[in-house]
Amino acid sequence: MKIEVIAFGIAKDILNGNQVTLEVESESSVADVRQALVNLYPAFQGLASLQLAVNADYVNDDYLVKENDEVVLIPPVSGG
Amino acid sequence: MKTLIHITSEKLDPQACVEAVSYPECGGIVSFVGTVRNQTKGKSVLKLEFEAYEKMALKEMQKIANYAKTEFQVEEVLIHHRTGVVEIGEEAVVIVVAAQHRKAAFQACEYCIDTLKETVPIWKKEFFEDGEVWVSAHP
Repeated sequence: MKIEVIAFGIAKDILNGNQVTLEVESESSVADVRQALVNLYPAFQGLASLQLAVNADYVNDDYLVKENDEVVLIPPVSGG
Repeated sequence: MKTLIHITSEKLDPQACVEAVSYPECGGIVSFVGTVRNQTKGKSVLKLEFEAYEKMALKEMQKIANYAKTEFQVEEVLIHHRTGVVEIGEEAVVIVVAAQHRKAAFQACEYCIDTLKETVPIWKKEFFEDGEVWVSAHP
């Protein structure tokens, strides 16, 4: 299945854009999606952390991503 | 206008924020105003730029306010955060907590800013004379 991944902050710089379409197997978990991204963009490995949010909430690594989910890359936050 | 949880590219107004949570039953109002410092680790900072995943940031800010109200038993919590370019000396974040007594207000206010920095999806870029860097991105 295809999923759209939206990026903010330094993740945008690494993707060289604010979103990317990934082709992943159905029943892919958040951990699988992260691994697919790291394989395509090794620079993600250099970050202090890389969380994924789904539909505007933090989710665990075993969350199974669905095709129409809003998946967003959350590099280390630095508000305040 | 009385928006308690707010993200804006306009300048923040700490005084208006304090007035927004002033109630007759509250005897203590604690505010935290985070401003842009002109240096970091000895290096001159020219300006900051904040970016937010706004929909989720507002949700996370609301969760912080709700938890603070329940856990510390304060009456009201206001959290305003700025986005876009913020110049030296300008406010990046304003948090105001109103409570019946001061101790709860101090504790809740510290909880709010500490948690905001850990969980709210907002990112800060520092601009120096010789480049720019996303804060905290790398270990």
